[in-house]
Amino acid sequence: MSRTFPGWHAAKGIFDRDRARQRAQLKDVDRERRDFASRTLVVFVVVAVICCVLTARMVWLTVFKHDEYRTISEDNRIQMFGVPPPRGRIYDRAGNVLADNVPVFSIFVIPELTDDVDATLSEIAALVELSDDEIEAFHTLASESFPHSPIRVKPQISPEERAVVEVNRHRLSGVLVQPDTVRHYPYGEVMAHAVGSVRRKTAEDIRRLDRRRYSRTQFVGKRGVEAFYEHSLHGEPGSRQVEVDAHGREQRELARNPPVPGRNLTLHLDASLQVAAAEALGERRGAVVAIDPRSGGILAMASVPSYDPNLFVTGMDPAVYNELANSPKKPLFNRATNGRYAPGSTFKPVVALAALAAGVTDWERTIVDSDGTYRLPNGSREYRDWTWTKDNGGGQGVIDLHRAIYRSSNIYFFELGNRLPVDVVPRFAEQFGYGHVSSIDVAGASPGLLPDSEWKTGARGEGWYPGDNLNLVVGQGDLLATPLQLATVVAIIANRGRVVRPRMLLDSDESLAEFEENEEQSAVTGPTPDDWRRMVAAMEAVVHRGNQGYLQNGTAWAYIGQDIAYRMAGKSGTAQVVGIAQGEEYNEEELDEYSRKHAWFTAFAPVDDPRIAVCVLVENGGSGSSVAGPVAREVIDHYVLPSLAAAPSRSTALASESGRALAAPPRPGD
Amino acid sequence: MPSDYARTLPLGDASGRALVRLHLDPWLLLGLGAIVAFGLLVLYSASHRDLETLANQALRIGAAFAVMFVAAQLNPRIYLRWAPALYILGIVLLIAVLLFGTTVKGSQRWLDLPGLPSFQPSELMKLAVPLAIAWYFHARSLPPRIRHVLAALALCALPTALIVPQPDLGTGLMVAAGGVAVILMSGIRWRVVGALTSLVVLASPALWFVMTAYQKERVLTFLDPGRQPQDAGWNITQSKAAIGSGGFSGKDLFNGTQSQLDFLPESQTDFIIAVIGEELGLVGITLLLVLYLLVVARALLMATEARDTFGRLAAGGLTLVFFAYVFVNVGMVSGLLPVVGVPLPLVSYGGTSAVTLLLGFGIVMSIYGHATR
Repeated sequence: MSRTFPGWHAAKGIFDRDRARQRAQLKDVDRERRDFASRTLVVFVVVAVICCVLTARMVWLTVFKHDEYRTISEDNRIQMFGVPPPRGRIYDRAGNVLADNVPVFSIFVIPELTDDVDATLSEIAALVELSDDEIEAFHTLASESFPHSPIRVKPQISPEERAVVEVNRHRLSGVLVQPDTVRHYPYGEVMAHAVGSVRRKTAEDIRRLDRRRYSRTQFVGKRGVEAFYEHSLHGEPGSRQVEVDAHGREQRELARNPPVPGRNLTLHLDASLQVAAAEALGERRGAVVAIDPRSGGILAMASVPSYDPNLFVTGMDPAVYNELANSPKKPLFNRATNGRYAPGSTFKPVVALAALAAGVTDWERTIVDSDGTYRLPNGSREYRDWTWTKDNGGGQGVIDLHRAIYRSSNIYFFELGNRLPVDVVPRFAEQFGYGHVSSIDVAGASPGLLPDSEWKTGARGEGWYPGDNLNLVVGQGDLLATPLQLATVVAIIANRGRVVRPRMLLDSDESLAEFEENEEQSAVTGPTPDDWRRMVAAMEAVVHRGNQGYLQNGTAWAYIGQDIAYRMAGKSGTAQVVGIAQGEEYNEEELDEYSRKHAWFTAFAPVDDPRIAVCVLVENGGSGSSVAGPVAREVIDHYVLPSLAAAPSRSTALASESGRALAAPPRPGD
Repeated sequence: MPSDYARTLPLGDASGRALVRLHLDPWLLLGLGAIVAFGLLVLYSASHRDLETLANQALRIGAAFAVMFVAAQLNPRIYLRWAPALYILGIVLLIAVLLFGTTVKGSQRWLDLPGLPSFQPSELMKLAVPLAIAWYFHARSLPPRIRHVLAALALCALPTALIVPQPDLGTGLMVAAGGVAVILMSGIRWRVVGALTSLVVLASPALWFVMTAYQKERVLTFLDPGRQPQDAGWNITQSKAAIGSGGFSGKDLFNGTQSQLDFLPESQTDFIIAVIGEELGLVGITLLLVLYLLVVARALLMATEARDTFGRLAAGGLTLVFFAYVFVNVGMVSGLLPVVGVPLPLVSYGGTSAVTLLLGFGIVMSIYGHATR
């Protein structure tokens, strides 16, 4: 069968031939050995050449590319780490700490050392409360950090929380409890609006801020002084040149460039005055701003209700935040710098000075208020005095400028408003800080609104009507100002026209970039020294003129002027919140709380040597003299009385003029 | 000749004679010993001065030397007789690996047979292929005819084809290198070598289609190391940085930042020569390459002294397998060749390749030691 296989013979033939040749060559062992030897030599040469190629390659890397690869290897092992600077502290004028850095313990996670970051966070959340905000903050920081660096998850844990975490450490790989510092505000909500607060750096901050300066920074100033002086308080980060391994773990420090600590700031604030101001307001909504008229320094700036800024530092429970943010009492709102209210009658001294400067009136001219109403010539609308009621058409009688101030006569000012040319009052009022921000370093202060004809054309598309002037001269209409602005106005009056700009900063380690005074000492132009003296006297009468019968007493005398131990000048104001229809009477009982009038009182003391100027606002408080006046008195008492006690002779002499007996039962004055 | 030869050795008469009686070659032993000593020193540094690693490796190398001593005592006729059986056993085991092998780190290389420690049959083929092809040519006239060359290539290609898909490109290459080395040394004409080489070069693009994704990735990475800085390309960049930053004389032992700070991957195993480069510089690398070259030279010289065709081809082939390790490893770490998992012989941490390679040298010594003129 095999014979039938094609090619068998041929194959067998080849095989046989092979065998024959093999046999023939078998004996030629020497030749084969020689052949192999020469072949081996060739192979060895090839091997040697390959070795040379490999060596040449090594020469190329080690000699010709040495510098390049040395750079790569140095870059591998040497890392620069930022060292965050300690944030500057904030002090009040007496050296009380308003914002401090306190040591705490915080929970950190090193992502690289965890099996699963999210699982680890859940484990931590099972032990201590961990909000969504905190988890989000963690991821934000983690996204811009090395996986080997510890990232804060839960700042400031309690000793109990620390114990719970430590006990469970064995099953929490990559979780650390480490010493840390957080911002602390010892005065809590009392100082919240004045000093402001920091918050944990957010994703938005990371985009906005200088990456280099803030790479390791934990907190960023968000409100108040903390926000305004953020740059100086922050300081300059240092750096550490560190040798790391491939996993980024630090091996040793090669060089260190220490951080420049943030500047410590001393503010004009007087913590005890601030506490007194907040206590004087009590449960009411409102604001108190106290300024030293000599320097413009803000001694107190309270806005009530307030919030605990410490809650913002480390992030709070969203429920707590929502309650704060949505409360109708608006605790997060800084009324002192951002609450815009009609100044009401507190504007009258400014209008009076404008009219004196413009020659529209003088101290001797009188008008007669016969029925408590005023009509523009040919006008049908009835403008009323604050004393007007449906039953009382009597009016306040003969009124000169002095009496127009201490009785706060609307009728006198309506008549003045009719005769004052358009825009005279706004141009004059600007000098006091109305309509713009005159403060130097108050973060986010509102400019208020000072309406004039140009503004009205732009905003309303219509011209300035005579009625607008009438509203303006009694501080109503479109005019809006903040308590900070009105405190500035009364400080300037206390200075008899010398302009000061309100400021927070009293002193610092060294001059700060943010504080730009560029202020030439300026004065309000227009009124004569005699005008100032007589205006101050009129405002003094608001507080001290008493026992003369109701229509002859200062509007505030009954409430604050009877037992006062020093001389105070003041002006009350009451701002309408809702319009009262023609012929209708304002009836507090019929209005809901938030529609009632706002109560103002602006004052300074001592009259002859003013050291404090105060503005009090009580939202929906009603009458300025009876509601805001006592608050102002309490604040000024707190500041002035201790120094009077040191020099008793002068204070008793000044106090003797105040009346002792009560006259007719006081009606709420304007 | 052995007794005369013993007198030329630097060991003294008595010990030299004893070695020769044990069929051990003192020169080769000296060279291998130098490489091992150098390797242990570098491993000590690469392991961050871990004595346990060092002791482990010393134990393995010791065991490998023991295997070499035993192998040297066997008569080369035994290797000739058992070469085909070994080859067939190897093929059967490779098929078994493909069918029932254990997968470790994504590669199916290991075989767990009841009653035996698990092992890699592909390791066996590094010796079996050169032995089998030497056996094949031993029975045929030299220089070989084309069809014998083709048959030998088939003997070489079959195990390679079984190993590469495991996947284990490195071992496959070493197995193929052993076979090809024997064929080259068999006396094949240079023009045939040229023709076959160009055929392989032309066919190499076809390899692309049988390579696994990760093998393709390695080739691409080789062509452009910046491609995947965190992966395979990272390894090469770091090893080049280690060698290049070492410069002429290195950063001194234990002071290489790339290796000591873990920037250099696989610093104890496949990439250990980069540690040498970084810490001992060009000087250290050149010294090691010279040692390798001396070992290869001595072993090739021993091959030329063999008694028969099988002895010559087997000894030559096994020696060139050893050199192929050196070439592929150093070429890979220095960025001349794509990354394939081949250790640096007798220096990289691990016992498997040391046993295989020293067993090979044991056979070389057996062939030389049993040769009679």
